Formats: sequence, C-alpha cells, structure tokens
Amino acid sequence: MEQVMNTRLSHSFDFHGAALEALPSGSLFWPDARLLVVSDLHLGKSARLSAVGGAQLPPYETRETLMKLERDIEATAAQRVICLGDSFDAPEIEAALREDERLWITRLQAGRDWTWIEGNHDPGPVSLGGAHRDALVIGPLTFRHIASEATGEVSGHYHPKARLSARGKSLSRPCFLVDQKRLILPAFGAYTGGLFCCRAPLSEMMGYGAMAILTGARAVAIPMPR
Amino acid sequence: MLDQAGEPSLLLIAPTGGGKTLAGFLPSLCELSEGETEGLHTLYVSPLKALAADIRRNLRIPIEEAGLPIRVEDRTGDTSYTQKRRQRADPPHILLTTPESLALLTSYEDAPRMFAGLKRVVVDEIHALAESKRGDQLMLALARLHHFCPDLRRVGLSATVEDPPALASFLARHPNPCAIIEADPGPEPDISMLEVEEAPPWSGGGAAYAIPAVLDAVRQHRTTLIFHNTRAQAEIFFHNLWLANEEALPIGIHHGSLDRAQREKVEAAMVAGQLRAIVCTGSLDLGIDWGDVDLVIQIGAPKNVKRLVQRIGRANHRYNAPSKALLVPANRFEVVECIAALEAVKAHDLDGEPRGPGPLDVLCQHILITACSGPFDADALFEEMHGAGPFSALTRKRFDACLDFCATGGYALKAYDQWKRLIQRPDGLWQLRDPRSAQRIRQNIGTIQDTDTLKVRWRGRGGAALGEVEEGFAASLTPGDTFLIGGQIVRYDRLREMIVEVTRDAAKKPKIATFNGTKFATSTQLSGRILRLFHASDWSSLPGHTADWLRLQQHYSQLPQPGRLLIETFPHDGRENMVVYGFAGRNAQQTLGLLLSKRMEEMGLAPMGFVSTDYATLLWGLDAVGEPSTLFDLEALEVGLDGWLAGNAVMKRTFRASATIAGLIERRLGGTKKTGRQATMSSDILYDTLLKYDPDHLMMQVTRLEAMKGLVDFSRIRDMHARVGNRIDHVRLSRLSPLSAPLFLEPGRVPVNGGAEERLLDEEVTRLLRESGLAEVG
Repeated sequence: MEQVMNTRLSHSFDFHGAALEALPSGSLFWPDARLLVVSDLHLGKSARLSAVGGAQLPPYETRETLMKLERDIEATAAQRVICLGDSFDAPEIEAALREDERLWITRLQAGRDWTWIEGNHDPGPVSLGGAHRDALVIGPLTFRHIASEATGEVSGHYHPKARLSARGKSLSRPCFLVDQKRLILPAFGAYTGGLFCCRAPLSEMMGYGAMAILTGARAVAIPMPR
Repeated sequence: MLDQAGEPSLLLIAPTGGGKTLAGFLPSLCELSEGETEGLHTLYVSPLKALAADIRRNLRIPIEEAGLPIRVEDRTGDTSYTQKRRQRADPPHILLTTPESLALLTSYEDAPRMFAGLKRVVVDEIHALAESKRGDQLMLALARLHHFCPDLRRVGLSATVEDPPALASFLARHPNPCAIIEADPGPEPDISMLEVEEAPPWSGGGAAYAIPAVLDAVRQHRTTLIFHNTRAQAEIFFHNLWLANEEALPIGIHHGSLDRAQREKVEAAMVAGQLRAIVCTGSLDLGIDWGDVDLVIQIGAPKNVKRLVQRIGRANHRYNAPSKALLVPANRFEVVECIAALEAVKAHDLDGEPRGPGPLDVLCQHILITACSGPFDADALFEEMHGAGPFSALTRKRFDACLDFCATGGYALKAYDQWKRLIQRPDGLWQLRDPRSAQRIRQNIGTIQDTDTLKVRWRGRGGAALGEVEEGFAASLTPGDTFLIGGQIVRYDRLREMIVEVTRDAAKKPKIATFNGTKFATSTQLSGRILRLFHASDWSSLPGHTADWLRLQQHYSQLPQPGRLLIETFPHDGRENMVVYGFAGRNAQQTLGLLLSKRMEEMGLAPMGFVSTDYATLLWGLDAVGEPSTLFDLEALEVGLDGWLAGNAVMKRTFRASATIAGLIERRLGGTKKTGRQATMSSDILYDTLLKYDPDHLMMQVTRLEAMKGLVDFSRIRDMHARVGNRIDHVRLSRLSPLSAPLFLEPGRVPVNGGAEERLLDEEVTRLLRESGLAEVG
C-alpha cells in the first residue's frame, strides 16, 4: 500500500541509463538496484551543538531523521542503502548518540548492504556497522559526498533548495538538482538549513537545462530556478 | 497619612503629581528623624530606574534642610558594582530600588542580615506594576522580606484606578487587611481633539500631518509633553517635528531605547525648565515630577481610557487648575476612537480587566532565587508564597509542580543535566544541585521581556553610545543604510562585537527605525463606545472628513453595529478577501484570524494569510467564503483553538517569554548575551519537542494559560460571540469597501501555509512546464 502511494508521489527520471525515483521525502531510489540513497543526515547535531556550548537543542532531531529513513526503507523494500556523507554532524559524534538510537541504526542495517560515504563533517571511520568509503561506483553511477568534475555522479553536501513565487507568495522547498552531468540530493536530516539553487556555487555548477525536483507533499520537477 | 502609619498595609490613591510619593515617606522620615535607627529602615520600589533617582533628589532637599541624620541611596541596574557591594555590607536608611534589583538582593546569602531591621516598604506606581508580571515578582519578594522581618508595613501609591479594593488585596500580605485612602481628584481636565486643517491619512501611526498644529500648540504653552504609543513613532515624529521647527524651540526626546546618559540629559534639562516640549513614550507615563508641564498631547489613539487619564494628569503645573490635553489621531479610524475616548474621560468610565492569579513562571523563578540564597524547606516556602496577594489561592499541587520543574526540568527533559537545578538533601531541605548555577540564575532574574536589542554607538574609539535597536532591525541593515535614533539620522557602518557602529549622515530621509514599543489592544469599553458612536443619530462631534468616510461606507456597504457582527467579502488583487469587524481588540482579532484561517483550511477554501487591527481582521485566500456564518460556530472555533494552540508563532513567542522567566531558557550566558535569533531558535525547537513528547509539561500549561489571556485573548472572542450571537450580517461586494481599505495598508501580515501553498505550487509548476515546453514531454 505504502509502496504504491510512494510511487505515485515520487518523480521518475533517467540519469545516465539508470531509471531513478526521487521520493517526496528527499531520498533517491534506484528500483533496478533496490538501492536507497540519502544524503546529509547530520545525526547528532544537537549533541555537537550542546557540546560546544551553543544553542540548547533537545536531541530529538536524530529520531526524527531515523523515523523518516525507516519509512522510506520500508516503503521501497531497499536491499542496499547509501548514506551520501555528512551522515554524522561531527567525527565520532555517533558515540554520543543515545543507546536506543545506535540500536535503531543497527536494526535498519540488519539484512541490508549499508555504505557510509565520507563527508566533510564525518571524515573518519564510523563505529557503527556498514562499509565506509570515500566514493562508490555502481554501474554507470558514482556516489560521492561533494560533486567533482566527473560525469554520472550522485552527490549531496550543498543542501539545495529552490524558491518559487506564485501570486506574490514566496515558496521554498529542499530539492534535487539534476543536469546532464550530475545529480545533487537535498539534505535528508531534520534541522538542516539549505542553499538556494539560484545562488553560487549551485547556479554555476548546474548546466543548461538543469531541473529541480521539489520535495514536499509530492516530488515534482521544474526547470531549475536561476 | 501619619494617622494610619500603623496599618499593616495602606493603599494611597491620588491623581498623578498629587505629592503622594512624599506622603508615602512621611512616616519613615518621622521615625528616622529621631536618629536612633541603624541599617535599612525603608525600602522604596518603583517601576522605573529614573523614578528612583528622582525621588533621591527630592528627598534630599527636605532631609538636608531639616538637617536629619538620614542616608538615602538608590540601587538599580545602573548602579556601579562597587556601590552595590558597599550597600550590601552597609545599607542606607532608605534604599530606592526596582522590583528586579530587589529580587536580586533577596537572592544573596546575606539577605536576612541586610533586611533584618526593615520597617517599611513603599511601592510607588503600584497600579503600573500590577499590570505586569513585575508586580507578581515584587509581591513574592515582599513575602520573602516578611519572612525576615514580620513587622514590615506596606504602603502602595497609585494613580486613579477602576477597582481600588482589587489593587489593595494585591498589595496586602494575605490575609491582612489593607486600608485605602483616596485623595481629592481635583478639577475636571480640559481635554479635546487637536484641530488640524488637513485630514489624517488612511492608515499608519506617524501623524506627520499634524506637525504644524502641534508646533503651534507647543508655542502657546510653557512646557508640553507629546506622548506616543511606540518608540519608533516617537522617533519619526520627533524627526519631523525638528525639521519643521524653524524657530529652534528647545524640544527633546525621551524613550526606553535611548542611552541612559541621553535620557538623563533630557531629564535634567526638563527639570531645569530648559525645554519647551518632550516627545516621549510610556517611559514618561510614570512618576517623575516634571514641574511646569501645562499641556499633554497624545499622538495616536489612546487605546485605553485609564492610561489616557493618567497621562493627562501629567499636565499638573498647579494642583487646583484643570489639566489640559489634546488628542491627535494618527489615521482616519483613530479619529473615531479619539472621540470615543473623550466621551469616556468625561463620563469617568475607566477600563480595566480583572487581574488573574499569579503566573507560575514567576513562581518558578522565585523558587530558583530562593535556592540561590540558601537551602529551603518546601512547606515553609509554600506558606510564605501564600502570603503574596497574587498567589493567595495557590494550591499545593501547583506549587509542587513548579518545584518539580525547577528540580528536574520536567518529564521530557529529565535526561538533561542543564535543566536539573535542585536536589533534596537527606534532611529534606532543597538546595541548588550545582552552587555555581546561582550566578546564571541571578543573571536571568526579572520578568521584563524586551525584544533583544543591540547597542548603537558612534564609530571610532570610545564612540559615545546613542541607544539601542532591536536585533531584527539591526539584522536588516546593510552598510550605508540610514536610520533614526535619538532624533538624529545616522548611517550604519558595521556590526562589531554585537554593537552597531554608525556615523553621522546628512540625509534628509532615513530608513525607518522599526524598534517596536508595546502594541496595546483597544479596551472593550472603548470598542463598545466606538460601535455606539457609529450608530449615534448625530455625527457632529466628528470632523467632516471622517463623517464623509463613514457615510460612504454606509452607502456602499454598511457600518458595524453594536450587538451584530459585520462581515464583508470581495475579490481584490487576484485573491478573495473577507473582513470580520469583531471590535475585539488587536490580540483577539489576531486569534480570530488564526482560527478562521484554520477553519477555512479545513473547508478547502485555501486561505493564504490575514492581518488584524483593533477592530477588524482581513483574511485572503484563493476561494471566496460563501456563507461566513458557518465559520462562526464557537464550539468548533474552540476545538480549533486546542488544535491550533499546537504550532503557531504566537504560542511560540508566549512560550519563549515564560520559559525565559522560569529559567528553562537563558537570556544571558556568563556575560555573553545570547543573540535573539539563537534564543528563538532553541526555544522554538524546545517548544516543538515538548509539544510532541510532553504536551502537559508545566511550561506548556503556563504557555496555554498566558496565551489565552494575553496574546490569544480568547475571552474577548467569547465575549464577542456572546454579544452578537447569530446576528451576523454578510455583505458581498464587488470590490473593497471604504472601511476595509486601510486594512490593506496595515503592517504585520501573517502568512498561512497550507493547501493554498500546494495549489499555488501546482499552478506555478504547470505554468513553468508549459512555458518551458516540457508539459508535452511530461
């Protein structure tokens, strides 16, 4: 049931020969590979902030993010999960996660092939299960945290957002960005800010004909606002 | 006054400037003149720092002339550190202070020693303190003092109020009696609307149109006070006044955002009789004796008759002469409100809402303050709090809930050490879990919720301070922008270490200073008078332009009536609009906007936003409301209220205030002031968290209560509903009506994010795809 609904609300598109689905939640599903990709979870953000004496955020954002991730994994029945970097807000912060949250991650990993891609916030190895890579190639696609000059690359890092205005009202949504060369995922974590795709460097990175796939109630593709 | 000096509590009510402050001190001066007293004898508490300083000057004269051996000192947030330390070790006979400084004094371990000999406490301007949580905090502090010195006698000094017995029981130690003395109110005031040839504008609060007439009035009087409802309006008005002031009449400006030195300069010039006028705000509502004021001008509708009467009382240069005052409406609607207010003053019809029970966030702060001064017994503290008028009905259950909150942070936050402040010792007493937290608690003492402000200084080494602006305003500035402060146009250069640095600028027109003052809601009584005025048979008291406007409304649509609810709907600017003339005051109209937009959302009418004034709410959306009466089911609205209370900005703002008072959020952290945005950020997330995981958390209960009577003001929606029943007049128009037009110019629009957003997004996406030729590819 859930799966059917998701397909209807997702946006399907082709990228370098792979038939992909952008989910309204901001995750990417590759049905042929039974692969789910999420980027920039920033788990442990509140723990890091309170450790440096910043804002006192209650640490519920980790749960929120994990709950969202669990829903997508169940709905897509993914066999393989790639977390595209900045999965943790700081190196070794996973140790500061609560025990039930660590268990939760382990439960999600059970029976699945799980890869942590290294990000700028979490460069070192992770003390949780799963493989740890700086990049991963599957078929025609390369999975990396920050986009390079390579073609067929799926990355994250920039937390892209799109802004539209309709009848004088401004609307802003986290979004996927895709052009001939690269696909950039929105941030999946709760309490993460974003970068508007009409601003540099995103506006300069994305080539002619780039599309933005907006997240929200359903995923919908529009020409990328410049 | 001396006859009743022995009363445990005494409330003295006299019009402003009746010499009541000195009367309050008479018994103290008599007792102290015998010269045998050592240590603190009398404590004087006033809502304003400036008042404390002024009283010190005024007391000094009789004391020095009579050669009395009495030491008088003030202690406020402005007092130097060295003097404060000395005052604790060797207190003066008479100490003049504010509720916050007093609360801080009671938090020290040596408080029992310092207050041991205290005989009397004088609370000045108690009517003003009773209107806010500062009064609740003060009464808790007095209850604490009673614990140290059981013979303490209280005197409250108040301006004219609508319900003296209620104020008396607020002041008195429960259940002690409180005597009331009412002084002769003096002659009736001479009050009218300022005659201006030009008609006031349709909206806005600047009253620039009245500048020449105001200058004329200033010229014809010796000293004029020009009152404004907000600081920003005062700044703009002062600037315009100065541009028009060709004879260079000496005119000053005074408001709470100005630097202390600046304010003192103006106060001194005023006392010395060097100024012909002062443009001011509520900062001059109270106390200070300004000598020769012979005219008060109120710019903008007074909103509240009681405050107007108190302001008029400032023009009291001779006790037996009538006070003279002029009202200047800032826009067309305020003309009607000013006329209604004039009638109310003549009829002695003062307004006021009854005071609710003491708020629990203040109670929580008091528990923490008590813990700072040393270990305490819960039963004794509960007993002590019962003695405070506002908390005389406090139940043990509520008290225990507050104590638990202070000790653990509440269920959802139990896991976090930062919110565990108290522990119970084996002997049953409670104490701070970490003694070092006392410093943080002291730094957060107080209940005044100013928006976070930044200091403004001239650029350069040792640049003089000019005043403060709101952080949100500072954030909107880019280098080169100009704004008004202290009547000068300055140019924003940079922000350095949370200080706004500016240079002089010769520009004529500034980018406007938007630091808010308080936005008061028009009182129920005044709203009722306005409605009756609409339907008076005779509009001769109204100026021609205003009468014409109302006639036009009558002709094109209709005028709101007492006992009925007028609703207009019409298309405008590509949207459907609905105006609800509820006359329920700004806060209730705001709530009505939220509730109605929620109902509209449920009904699929795709509302997009609303804006409210004291008399109406304008809602706009994608679809027209066919039958508005279906929206006005009070029960459905109240159900909606519960759901709505969940996640909106008003609640979050209320939560932030209460959570800060109760110590859940800190305003200052070890000297570094948290920026407003940081505080908002973490308080919003805390709010969402508690809503989700612990909706019955004490702070959520407090927030709901506060919001219902404060920003939400649901009681006035209930009153409105009772007043109109199902007598709803719906007028469908083809375009906007004369009475609704000013609403389109009103600032403070609240966006509604719901179905309309998805629909607009769909519309926009379809349009984009069609334009880019992608629709066919699909």
